[in-house]
Amino acid sequence: MGFLSKFFGGGNDGSSQKAKDRLKIVLIHDRTDISPQLLDNLRDEMVGVLAKYMDIDTKKIEIDLDHDENAVALVANIPILRIKRGKVADIS
Amino acid sequence: MPARVIVTTSGKGGVGKTTSTANIAAALAKFGKKVVAVDADVGLRNLDVIMGLENRVVYNFIDVIEKTCKLSAALVKDKRVPGLYLLPAAQTRTKDAVNPEQMVALCEEMKPDFDFILLDCPAGIEGGFKNAAAGADEALVVTTPEIPAVRDADRIIGMLESMGKSPIRLIINRLRPNMVQDGDMLAKDDILDVLSSELIGVVPEDESVIRATNNGEPMTMTLDSPAAQAYLNIAERILGRDVPLMDLESYATRGFLSSIKRFFTGKRKR
Repeated sequence: MGFLSKFFGGGNDGSSQKAKDRLKIVLIHDRTDISPQLLDNLRDEMVGVLAKYMDIDTKKIEIDLDHDENAVALVANIPILRIKRGKVADIS
Repeated sequence: MPARVIVTTSGKGGVGKTTSTANIAAALAKFGKKVVAVDADVGLRNLDVIMGLENRVVYNFIDVIEKTCKLSAALVKDKRVPGLYLLPAAQTRTKDAVNPEQMVALCEEMKPDFDFILLDCPAGIEGGFKNAAAGADEALVVTTPEIPAVRDADRIIGMLESMGKSPIRLIINRLRPNMVQDGDMLAKDDILDVLSSELIGVVPEDESVIRATNNGEPMTMTLDSPAAQAYLNIAERILGRDVPLMDLESYATRGFLSSIKRFFTGKRKR
């Protein structure tokens, strides 16, 4: 029967499921695509907030998007030098 | 009431923007509305030939913007359907010949005289798209059941959302019901699952689209094909009427050969 199904052009198991899976992954990546400019702005604002609570080593900050097969994560590595003690209100 | 301004767009080229614009415009006119279809694809105009009005184009909307002629001189009246007009694009100019502010002003000028202004947008996400989208309040996004088209539609929907267009509604074009049944084409629900957009209609793949283009007569003028019916339904939904989706499965090929094929390949209706 194999040659018959080949003859009638139905040798595979329907390609739409594969299209659906590929489409989902492509869209996950497209939708989380971020411009370097936007990433810089995000970084500056995050540093601003963090600086109210702690001294951070701004030279060693690493912020990037981590693209996995099925998901995208924002990964930030921010070395802390010292936590600021006392009330936040006093500091800001 | 001033006209509703609707842009037809897609991102990807060749998915049926211009065909959709022409057919929806003709259908709305058949329902008694006064409609102008604007070809916003400056430099690559085609709405005139799809509508079969190419021989009657004298001026274009760039002439209107540059005040070379009056708006009324540039509008081409379709003699087959009362209330249907075409505002052609310039063929020998580029997209830089117009800016979004001028497009908005042009639409504002036409609003009091029409019920609907349909803007046929060029492919891409650059200036031409931004010009066309600028003038519109609502959007129709055309896609086909293929990864590249759906991907580009997703991008365009995101851009239209950030521009504040509402509603943004989706046309799934060139669907082949028998391929969907065989599990070889993305189904309507597969596409709606991934796109955050409301569906306004599904148009089946139909040879009469090619015949209509050859003849220069939008299908909704004669109404003798599944695609024509689908576009007519879309026009009714634009008018706010509750029209059920067509039963596309009945258009799937159910001939003798396909039953044999189904028997041997073991593919069943899903």
